[in-house]
Amino acid sequence: MPTVSLREALNQAIDEEMARDERVFLMGEEVAEYNGAYKVSQGLLAKWGPRRIIDTPIAEAGFAGIGIGAAMCGLRPIVEFMTWNFSLVAYDQIANHAAKMYSMTGGHFNVPMVFRGPGGAAHGLGATHSQALESIYAHIPGLKVVMPSTCKDAKGLLKTAIRDENPVIFIESEVMYGDKGEIPEGEYTIPFGVGEVKKEGKDVTLVSWSKVLAHIVWKSVEKLEEELGISIEVIDPRTIKPMDYDLIVESVKKTNRLLIVEEGWPFASVGAQLSDEITRRAFDYLDAPVERVNQEDVPLPYAKALEKHSLPNIDKIRTGLKKVLYID
Amino acid sequence: MATKIMMPKLSDTMEEGVILKWVRKEGEKVKQGETLVEIESDKADMELEAYDSGVLRKIVVPEGGKAAIGALIAVIGDPNEDISGMLADDSPAPGKAVPPEKPKETAPKGAAPAQSPTPATPVQPAGQPGDGRTKASPLAKRLAQEHHVNIAGVQGSGPQGRVIKRDVEGVLSSGSAVPQRTHLAGTSEDVALSPIRKTIAKRMTESKTTAPHFYVTIEADMEPAMTFREQLNAASESKISFTDILIKATASALMRHPQINATYLGDSMKQYHYVHMAVAVALDEGLVTPIIRNCEQKGIAAINADLRDLAERARNRKLKPEEYTGATFTISNLGMYGVEDFVAIINPPEGAILAVGSIVEKPVVKKGAIVIGHTMKMTLSSDHRIIDGAVAARFLQDLKKFLENPASLAL
Repeated sequence: MPTVSLREALNQAIDEEMARDERVFLMGEEVAEYNGAYKVSQGLLAKWGPRRIIDTPIAEAGFAGIGIGAAMCGLRPIVEFMTWNFSLVAYDQIANHAAKMYSMTGGHFNVPMVFRGPGGAAHGLGATHSQALESIYAHIPGLKVVMPSTCKDAKGLLKTAIRDENPVIFIESEVMYGDKGEIPEGEYTIPFGVGEVKKEGKDVTLVSWSKVLAHIVWKSVEKLEEELGISIEVIDPRTIKPMDYDLIVESVKKTNRLLIVEEGWPFASVGAQLSDEITRRAFDYLDAPVERVNQEDVPLPYAKALEKHSLPNIDKIRTGLKKVLYID
Repeated sequence: MATKIMMPKLSDTMEEGVILKWVRKEGEKVKQGETLVEIESDKADMELEAYDSGVLRKIVVPEGGKAAIGALIAVIGDPNEDISGMLADDSPAPGKAVPPEKPKETAPKGAAPAQSPTPATPVQPAGQPGDGRTKASPLAKRLAQEHHVNIAGVQGSGPQGRVIKRDVEGVLSSGSAVPQRTHLAGTSEDVALSPIRKTIAKRMTESKTTAPHFYVTIEADMEPAMTFREQLNAASESKISFTDILIKATASALMRHPQINATYLGDSMKQYHYVHMAVAVALDEGLVTPIIRNCEQKGIAAINADLRDLAERARNRKLKPEEYTGATFTISNLGMYGVEDFVAIINPPEGAILAVGSIVEKPVVKKGAIVIGHTMKMTLSSDHRIIDGAVAARFLQDLKKFLENPASLAL
């Protein structure tokens, strides 16, 4: 199996889908001439030309709206946000138009498009450029939310997203673009709503996704297993909406304990939703209340030490594990 | 400078106390005067305040644990102070602290949570005295139900004594999982005595083996008191009971007979010129006797208000020691159970106790004719060391007069 970086995996997915379907095109800030702010669209302008790889002005509401209109007219746009923080300018277009068009036109117009870009914090970007916004998109009926943590999942899920008949929110991470991973050779896709047990364990189920899983959980699991003398089962739901509750319930039936580790703020977060659903679906199998690790409920500080303290980290995961496992 | 916290003496008869709840946890700051711990004595649940400010460094007796008076139960000090010496020499204490029984570590090998050498929080009996509810995880409840284990009898090792999977599995693997939902015919069980029960056992034995009891019974016509009560209730906002009238009548009679309202002291006796009336209140775990003070000075409405308040707090176990100590006389009333008459055991150091039965409808002779009357029997148990039969009889005669002419209580 070839090893690629995450940006290469995404680039392959876009390139393959553009070859497969001439209605697919990419637009966003710096995606063409500059080859992408994070080089995800490297070489695509040269290959596919300015008709299908389009640089936009710095006007997210405008180009998100153009994308929605294009999708309603039968095209398959991929709209790149330089980061998901900037999507807030286009939130009305996404939440009110992309998400609701199919329902409000009685099925006459669907919006088959992908909004994608990096989400969450990187390093020292300040409060307005560091937000994990998956919960506010997953909240809106009509939107699917996809958040891969590996190169293989990223490619397979982005291809599925581009082929989907409805709008898909596809959230990547700035700090993951250089991550290397093996991907299957040739054509493959990964369905939505199917999570994966990334590591088997027996004492506690840990659910996490995207960058927090890739960069924080994986750097902590082995150490904490040894330190606490426990065995952790790690599940990546891969798509936030639809969520693979069944997989998590099955795991919780085995471990009886659940810890959710996510980057978003605690209030009304994806983890809060998950905790609610699992508490009801697996009530009779829980031996402890579901525990959650989140970013602190504050605008992310710019100061390095405070930023590190606010975001999920190994210490918070350790505390969460000890709480859910009743370890002193 | 670290300070030892000892089990305090919360009542005259207390010998040991049970830690109900640590209001502060280890490592938390404590301010002088703040409530530190709740303790169950033989009489009531009490709050103990911190005498010093500092950090609660060590809890020696966990929740549910017992300690004798003077035994070390905790240490307050500076955060970094070495307190190991204090913990090591807890020998000067007259009594020793007894932690609650630890749950058996019988969880299957390899189950990681069970490998943790100590539970996350102090172990507590499952049936907590706090709210009387057994806390258990949903999984533990399901397992218990499937295996017919009474979860209330399982010791919880989770936070706040929560019963969790490993506790139920422990019971199952130890083979002691006898279905306890129903009592099996032909079996017996040992039930530990509550502190209240132990005190009653000791005090009543002491009374019956040292004070020579004798008993005198009298019957009173209660029709005047019934009419009197109706009149009072027509005027009173709060509902006056027969007990209220009886307390007032007894107090008035006692003021005329100080020999009855007295304590035997060997070479002398102490006669009281006031009446602190103890009234027996039945609780599940035993009898308590809150006291209405200075009944001789109080009207029936005031007695009624005091009794309501005290009985309510007695049921909630919120009486303060001064509210159940220092009585001069006790009334025990079983009339509400349909008991016509009975005899009571004197509550030392009092000299006598009045046992009151129910008001009974029965034929009586009035003015030479048999009519339907309402009567009530009262039996005085007296300590013969200070009270003679005629004295007891004269007291009862006066009490009967007060009840049969209740207007005289207003004089």
